Amino acid sequence: MYEGVVQDLIDELGRLPGVGPKSAQRIAFHVLQADPADVRRLAAALTEVKEKVRFCAVCGNVAQEEHCRICADPRRDAAVICVVEEPKDVVAIERTREFRGRYHVLGGAISPIEGVGPEDLRIRELLARLADGAVTELILATDPNLEGEATATYLARMVKAMGLKVTRLASGLPVGGDLEYADEVTLGRAFEGRRLLDV
Amino acid sequence: MTHNRGVSLYRDDGIVLRTQKLGEADRIITLLTRTHGRVRAVARGVRRTKSKFGARLEPFGHVDIQFFSRGSELVGRSLPLCTQVETLAPFGGILVHDYDRWTAGTAMLETAERFADHEGEPAVQQYLLLVGALRTLAAGEHRAHGVLDAFLLRSLAVNGYAPSFDACARCGLPGPNRFFSVQGGGAVCGDCKPAGCAVPSPETMRLLGALLTGDWSTADAAEPRHCREGSGLVAAYLQWHLERGIRSLKYLEK
Repeated sequence: MYEGVVQDLIDELGRLPGVGPKSAQRIAFHVLQADPADVRRLAAALTEVKEKVRFCAVCGNVAQEEHCRICADPRRDAAVICVVEEPKDVVAIERTREFRGRYHVLGGAISPIEGVGPEDLRIRELLARLADGAVTELILATDPNLEGEATATYLARMVKAMGLKVTRLASGLPVGGDLEYADEVTLGRAFEGRRLLDV
Repeated sequence: MTHNRGVSLYRDDGIVLRTQKLGEADRIITLLTRTHGRVRAVARGVRRTKSKFGARLEPFGHVDIQFFSRGSELVGRSLPLCTQVETLAPFGGILVHDYDRWTAGTAMLETAERFADHEGEPAVQQYLLLVGALRTLAAGEHRAHGVLDAFLLRSLAVNGYAPSFDACARCGLPGPNRFFSVQGGGAVCGDCKPAGCAVPSPETMRLLGALLTGDWSTADAAEPRHCREGSGLVAAYLQWHLERGIRSLKYLEK
């Protein structure tokens, strides 16, 4: 145990995800030895992020204003919505530079065993966005695990009657890998989702 | 299945019941295994897209798995590591395309986990029951709720809580008996009935008896209202005997 404030700092750091007691101690001593200006900048960034950042009123992504940068951008295609589980997924898809539509962040995936049902996600908000008929395609980009697939199945069934084009991100072989190392589930999915080579 | 005592490697087959995120890219996998009962193990790096067996360790997966344990027992002070996994039957991939079947299957996994409460204690009958139920559910020959209710009733039976749907559970008076008491062990006669017990329709009692014994021709012919009434009684009976709720039952499609 350390003296008062040092122990308080270690305890607070230890509450962060992925930071154990040893790591917390190491970060605390780094902070003690760091330049005061650097520490002030870190403290200001932590305070600012809680004060300024909120969730976009339309898509649920992290935003600094009422609407996030993507929803506020008139150049983005409002007719296509990509549904993701977390704001982190928006960043991952944006990195591809392939998608020019808008997003909808659900806030997780359906997991009955963990007590997360459809009503705990932002599905009602998604249906409200689709109600005006301006959206023509819904891309379901939930995680490629069982809960993500089940959430996609549920959403596809919910919007079936709306006559939208509903698509699911392809699953299959990672780029740059060897076929022989792929597991049978992934390889099976790659076969299911094979595409026509039109040369 | 084989138990290599000297090198702390254990091989078994099991059903993946649940997965939990651990650290950056790992998962804690809970399995119901044939020989070691419920086992929790760490699967390193399975959340990465490059993982060689991440896809095999999804819930509902029936797998042949090898564990490495640092102690002399598989279930000890620290969690064993999953070192190799082969798929025996990928039930999850089939169930996930049908939301009703997936939610029913999830309730089965949660119930199996609750019944196999003690880690490392063999629960062979529960394991075989779960494999059979998932196989039936994936085949899609019977309605999902029927398969789930049959699984729940038989799980109760193999764990010593078999309800009666015919003779009085208290005095043994031959049936059919009209009343159903969750606390009393199922069907009860007019003399034994406690206050506040249910009075289900005779068809519902017949349906539940058929589900417990595996009489699918009777179970499949049942009307939806009797199925709904039966599911309610099964859920109440199960949760009373488990002394806690099954969360997944709340999310079943009615």
